[in-house]
Formats: sequence, structure tokens, C-alpha cells
Amino acid sequence: MFGTAVIVFREVLEAAIIIGIVAAATRDVPGRKRWLAAGLMAGLIGSGIVAASTDVIAEFASGIGQELFNAMVLSVAVVMLAWHNIWMSSHGAELAANARNVGKEIREGRSECSILLVVVGLAVLREGSETVLFLYGIAASGGSSMHAMMAGGAIGVLAGALVGYAIYAGLLRIPMRWFFVATSVLVLLLAAGMASQVARYLIQADILPSLATPLWNTSAILPEQSVTGMVLHSLIGYDAQPAGMQLVFYIAALAIIVAGMQWVKRQQFSSHK
Amino acid sequence: MKENVSMKKILMLVLLLPITGMAADADFTIVIKDHKFQPAELAVPAGKKIKLLVENQDPTPEEFESYPLNREKLVAGKSSTTVYIGPLEPGRYPFFGDFNQATAQGVIVAK
Repeated sequence: MFGTAVIVFREVLEAAIIIGIVAAATRDVPGRKRWLAAGLMAGLIGSGIVAASTDVIAEFASGIGQELFNAMVLSVAVVMLAWHNIWMSSHGAELAANARNVGKEIREGRSECSILLVVVGLAVLREGSETVLFLYGIAASGGSSMHAMMAGGAIGVLAGALVGYAIYAGLLRIPMRWFFVATSVLVLLLAAGMASQVARYLIQADILPSLATPLWNTSAILPEQSVTGMVLHSLIGYDAQPAGMQLVFYIAALAIIVAGMQWVKRQQFSSHK
Repeated sequence: MKENVSMKKILMLVLLLPITGMAADADFTIVIKDHKFQPAELAVPAGKKIKLLVENQDPTPEEFESYPLNREKLVAGKSSTTVYIGPLEPGRYPFFGDFNQATAQGVIVAK
């Protein structure tokens, strides 16, 4: 039962951290809870479909369909998070200065909601499909231990959701004037971490060269399978033994998003003065 | 916003380019049966990229996973999948089946 809980926890944790950060970052967007719930539902339904078509996806593109699928899902999420951050960099300052008066942002908030929906949906889709497969495997093998393992699964889901909620609640306690900086840094690192995952999948599919394997090895100091390692992996894309190409993607994502944020800010200043 | 669009395009290009012509034969095969790997220890040449076929003979899904190899791939029940690994430095690289870690343990030895 404990083993099941740990495996499910690991899958749920990643999605929960993403949802926690994104939910906090969009705190002032009207109707955000509905969009969040819709994203969650869409992700869960998608998980079932993806899990059921694992073999079909795997056979696609001569056996590298799974890597392409994951890389594509992650790429869309990276673009969405980048978009969020760039949008926020132009409006964050106004929102922070006038936190309660967000009525005029409603129209623009709508595009934020669709980003929220997509990012949450994709996070749940990716991690959820693995959880579904894992639990399906347990259910299919039957046996007397099945109930205990299902209970373990439930504990794993709860524990993961709790961490996500803790991150969300913690972020909301940050004073308004630091809040936008804090969330944009988190979203930035989240996106960079995902970009590094894209590289990892494309290397695994033999589409990209690894450049260096591994670039460094910190598995003795901070193993990726430890709780700290897992959280850092989801939060900032920590990898104990990354390939060189992963770092290239990580830095490229950081640079592109920061450049976009700066560009939007400059545009705004020049139009205001 | 321009950065986003061009990044998306580049990613699409990267993703779509190499879909054709990847079906070379596998170099090595690992079979999953009764939630165990056969062979549990596989010797491979070091310094070479390797195409590994993971064949799951169990009816339940499994995930071939390895931290030192930095690999993670689902294998549906009664099906097989391809994983590219390496080029590896000489050494031992443990891997496991994520869904049945109690029994599904193995190691790749690069020589």
C-alpha cells in the first residue's frame, strides 16, 4: 500500500505543483475557479483516453510516438506559461498598484483563463494518464492486495494535492508588491523545467543529440527520487543527471521568456509616455 | 508575443522533421514477464548509441524507468516499445519497472 502511495504521489505531485502555482498566479482573474475545475476535468478525461490508447500512441512514428506526444504536450504548456508571464509583465505592475480594482482587466482576463485551462488540463493529462495506467495494472492483476493498493493510490493523490494546495496557500500570503515577482519567477522556472523535459524526450526518441550525458551527476548529493529531488524537479526542473541539450533548452526558454517580458514592458512604457 | 510564435514554429519543425525513416532493427531486447526483466542484467558496448527493444509479455502496463540513464517510457500490456540509450561510459546503470518496483529490477552494464 505504501509503495502504491509513493508512486501515485510522485505522479500527482508534478501536476499539483503546476496547478498550485498557476492558480496563485491567476488569483485576480475573474471566474478562474470555474476554468480551473474545467481544466482539471478535461485533464482527467484526457488521461483516461491517453491511458487507453497507450499502445496506439506508442506505435505512432515508428515507436517514438510517446516521446513526441509528451514533447508536444510540454511544448504547448511552455508556450502558454511564457504567454502568461509576458502578459503579466505588462499588467502586473498596474494590478499590484491597484489590486482591488481589477474590473477593467476582465476582458483581458479571459485569455488568461484559457491559458489556465490549457496548462492545468495538460499537466493533469500527462501525469494523470500514467497514474491511470498504473492503477489499471493493479486492478487488472486483481488479488487480495487490490483494496490496500487502491487505498494507497488515494493516499498518494491526497498527499500530492495537499502539497499543491500548500504552495498555492503559501503564495497567496506573499504581500501584493512581491507577489507578481514571486509568481513570475516561479512560472518562468516552471516553463524552463518543462523545456528541459522536452529536450529529454526528444533525446530519448533519438531526434536530438544529448551533447553530454550526463552533464553533471548530483545523484549522490540530491537524488531525483528523494522528496526534495522530486519537488525541485517539478518546481525548477532539477535533474540529477541531465544531458547537455536539456540545459540548452532550459536556458533558451529562460532567455526567450525574459526577453519577451522586457520587450512588452518597454512597449508599454513608450506608449504611456 | 513574436518570440512565442517563432518558438512554436521551431518546436513544430523539430518535432515533425524526423518522423520518417527511424525503423532500424533493435540492438538489444529486454522482455518483461511476470513483472520481472529478462535478462535482469544486460551487457552493452560502451561509447555507442543503443536501440533497446522492451517487450512486455504481461497483460498489464509497465514503465521502463532509469535515473542514471535518464529514461522513462511506458509499455502497454502485451506490446513492445523502443528506447534509445547511450552512448554510455563504462559502468552499471540500474533500471526498474515503475509500476512493479518490488520485482521489476534490472541493470545495464556498459563495457
